[in-house]
Amino acid sequence: MQGHDWLSVVIWLPVAGGLLTLAIGDRRAQAARWAALLTSLATLAACVPLCTGFVNGTAAFQFIERVPWIAALHAQYYLGVDGISLPLIVLTAFMTVPVIIAGWNVVEKRPAQYFAAFLVMEGLMIGVFASLDALLFYFFWEAMLIPMFVIIGIWGGPRRVYATLKFFLYTFLGSVLMLVALIYLYLKAGDYSLASMQRLPLSLVEQRWIFLAFLLAFAVKVPMWPVHTWLPDAHVEAPTGGSVILAAIMLKMGGYGLLRFSLPITPDASHELDWLIVALSLIAIVYIAFVALVQQDMKKLVAYSSIAHMGFVTLGAFLVFFILSATGQVKGAVNGLDGAMVQMISHGLISGALFLCIGVLYDRMHTRDISAYGGVVNVMPKFGALFVLFALANSGLPGTSGFIGEFLVILASFKASFWFALLAASILVVGAAYNLWLIKRVVFGPVANDKVAQLQDLNGREFLVLGVLAVSVVLLGVWPAPLLDMMEASVQHLLQQVVTSKIPVI
Amino acid sequence: MTGAIVVSPLVTGMSLSSLLPAIPEISLAISACLILLVDVYFGAGRRGLTATLTMLALLVGAMLTMQYGMRMDRILLFHSLYVADPLAAFLKLAGYIAMATALFYSQDYLHTRGIHGGEYYVLCLTALLGIFVLISANSLLTVYLGIELLSLSLYALVAFDRESGIAAEAAIKYFVLGAIASGALLYGMSMLYGMTGTLDLDQLGTTVRHGPDAGLIIGIAFVVAAVAFKLGAVPFHMWVPDVYQGAPTSVTLYIATVSNLGSFALILRLLAHGLAGLPQIWTQMLIAVAVLSLLIGNLTAIAQTNLKRMLAYSAIANAGFVLLGFATGQIAGYQAALNFTIAYVLTTLAAFGMILMLSRSGFEHDEIADFKGLSSRDPLLAALMLVLMFSTAGVPPFIGFWAKLWIIQALLGSGHVWLATFAVLISVVGAFYYLRVVWYMYFEDAGERERPDTRPRMRLILLLNTAAVTVMGLLPNALLSICERVIP
Repeated sequence: MQGHDWLSVVIWLPVAGGLLTLAIGDRRAQAARWAALLTSLATLAACVPLCTGFVNGTAAFQFIERVPWIAALHAQYYLGVDGISLPLIVLTAFMTVPVIIAGWNVVEKRPAQYFAAFLVMEGLMIGVFASLDALLFYFFWEAMLIPMFVIIGIWGGPRRVYATLKFFLYTFLGSVLMLVALIYLYLKAGDYSLASMQRLPLSLVEQRWIFLAFLLAFAVKVPMWPVHTWLPDAHVEAPTGGSVILAAIMLKMGGYGLLRFSLPITPDASHELDWLIVALSLIAIVYIAFVALVQQDMKKLVAYSSIAHMGFVTLGAFLVFFILSATGQVKGAVNGLDGAMVQMISHGLISGALFLCIGVLYDRMHTRDISAYGGVVNVMPKFGALFVLFALANSGLPGTSGFIGEFLVILASFKASFWFALLAASILVVGAAYNLWLIKRVVFGPVANDKVAQLQDLNGREFLVLGVLAVSVVLLGVWPAPLLDMMEASVQHLLQQVVTSKIPVI
Repeated sequence: MTGAIVVSPLVTGMSLSSLLPAIPEISLAISACLILLVDVYFGAGRRGLTATLTMLALLVGAMLTMQYGMRMDRILLFHSLYVADPLAAFLKLAGYIAMATALFYSQDYLHTRGIHGGEYYVLCLTALLGIFVLISANSLLTVYLGIELLSLSLYALVAFDRESGIAAEAAIKYFVLGAIASGALLYGMSMLYGMTGTLDLDQLGTTVRHGPDAGLIIGIAFVVAAVAFKLGAVPFHMWVPDVYQGAPTSVTLYIATVSNLGSFALILRLLAHGLAGLPQIWTQMLIAVAVLSLLIGNLTAIAQTNLKRMLAYSAIANAGFVLLGFATGQIAGYQAALNFTIAYVLTTLAAFGMILMLSRSGFEHDEIADFKGLSSRDPLLAALMLVLMFSTAGVPPFIGFWAKLWIIQALLGSGHVWLATFAVLISVVGAFYYLRVVWYMYFEDAGERERPDTRPRMRLILLLNTAAVTVMGLLPNALLSICERVIP
């Protein structure tokens, strides 16, 4: 297990590759593209030993790297993965490759900088998932904002400056209070390692404040209703690649933070305030789904559907206490946490794929207005098939990965309360509605206008990208066992942490 | 600051070797005089001779300081008017480096504007001497001596461009307000002296432990007001924007960076050390001043269109951060304030260096709009400026993040949870105007603006400076542990 610094490789290889791409420069764009692609592939390849070397059935962290980093602050360069973080790391490495390929010829403005920004961000995002030291986590968490700020601002749409400033300031505002909470925990625990923070006894009052500080940071990232308003703006204005990374990976950081920080560090406050999260999640699931229904812009539609789907993640994560009080045993709660995790991975694949599909259309038509399309399948049969598949997966069609996560969470909510389940399940109807209506208007029907009639079907590059994603979505949908096995022990361990009170006994 | 006090046996009988700890000041004073003489006789004919000599003087001074000034103990000289300790050595070295870098950035700017008279360099040296005296002050009189030496040199420097109307206006403002502040300082010091009967900061620190009385509080209030003025903190900040904008950019650079080291030393010696017995009084005052500075500095900076003026308000806000470190009244807070000052000086050097480098004759390049589209005109410079702006905004992986982090940590460690929360929230406001510079450089079209014509060696130094900002952000331990060691 030890002795191989694969985690450092998957963090710093893309960063180094990004700097190299930047150094190659826009004048040698073709070389820069290849450098970026090779880096992203090499990073994905470096995830293979992580997966094969990973031992299921233990909650202990693996591939640990631990060296002193800042002695003055007792912070360490402390990396490690468990069943919760490894899938997210693989997802990050996996989704960066299509982003690079999708931008291959499409990005004409400063291509080297474009690819470099995505590679640097890949490394930083993996760093977030791999950090076991809170300060290191925060370091990556904040640093990641810089490339995303630049990506939306340079390659975005007409209102990109507004969108990127909103994105940056919103997330920055959410994060700084988390920093205060982390420093507070450090002063009590003596170092920044997550393990000591999770062990640290805390009074309910302290937990409540820390929980709220964490919640603000993670809720903005997830994003939960009502702090979601930055997301539609950011998505609409971001270039295709930016939307993919935003939806597929960055949103997951909020969910990951809730699982890694909020629940284990402040379990009692989580218990006390779980109604808040559940309520916000249900509002997101139901209300935002209706908002998605009326969108005219395809990207906005998928953005709102992302918020609704991430509602399942937060719901699944915080159902545990309701299940505990309803059934008196923790067994059923596993479903909720499992569902939250699967939903994150699955949503990463599906939303990424949908944004790529929209990017394919946008590259040809330069509009994302749903009303500008119609009958696309007549001229783009391959594209039509894949788009329909992803849209159905997005609405939770059995046999696709979208089904597994939602099903597990709804299963768990039944154990908590019938009404939760009813509300959560309603998304299956509304979700089906907005997804089906989207494909009805865009893909099916007669060819709407001359522009649509002249559309070219997917080229090899696009087909490869979407095809691989389609296979993954279906594979995860029919055979989720490897993922569930990988998470099993870690989720059980998390559950133990969550139900153990940390209030010091006086 | 509780280190063992070694009173040198040579305090009474002077001998040459007993002066060794004061070698930084002595070498500076001698070289300032020499350079003035050389400039009078040879300077006019040869451009750059004075500049080269000044650089040389700084180099020699730094080497002498390394050789004789670095010490682990605390030594008092000149009837305890003067103190040499690790902190003083560290700050003086930082002063040499900062001034050398500042002069390097300024050279071309001064030449194209024809304000490169030898007096400029001599005044910079005497200002540095004033800073050094402040750094090593162990008596109220030495503090005052240092402040006046520094201030008088700066007044003259601000007005150095005789042709410029706004520079003259700024200098007059600076002078009048500065004179009032000096008066307030003297008045406060006289009250402290009247109440305690000592000018010695060590003794002041130990005798003033009894309950506060009205005279002492008033005296401290005057001292704090003067300190806040020198640092440019609200409500004594009125001079900052005008001086920053009006002075030649090279002088602004000097005030924003090198003289900041002096302001730090001033607070440390005068308040943290000299009034260590009564922290509850002056920390309260500092908290008020710091909160106001953060609020007004950050909010007003948003409205600025001139980069120098924006950086002036940012300096006010950053002074608020330094004061927050001192307001903890704890060693950890002072260390954090030192770290913040060093980080701020390092970043600000490069930011003003950028403005200086992009300025041409007759064109100041100090409007934020002048940066529009810089990333397409000169990607390297834009990238460097991006790093500097994100660092000042306090975003990792740059040095500014650790500076703020440590201040927040010191605040939380001393129980000021709400102050810490306020500080981080106001930083978000601050982030906006730093981001706006990035926005103009990266998201706007260049329009008619051309690729800047810059000297390769300037680019190199700027690159190294920014690399330091990044490397010390990735591996901050070295600076943090130095700060811990020099303020034990």
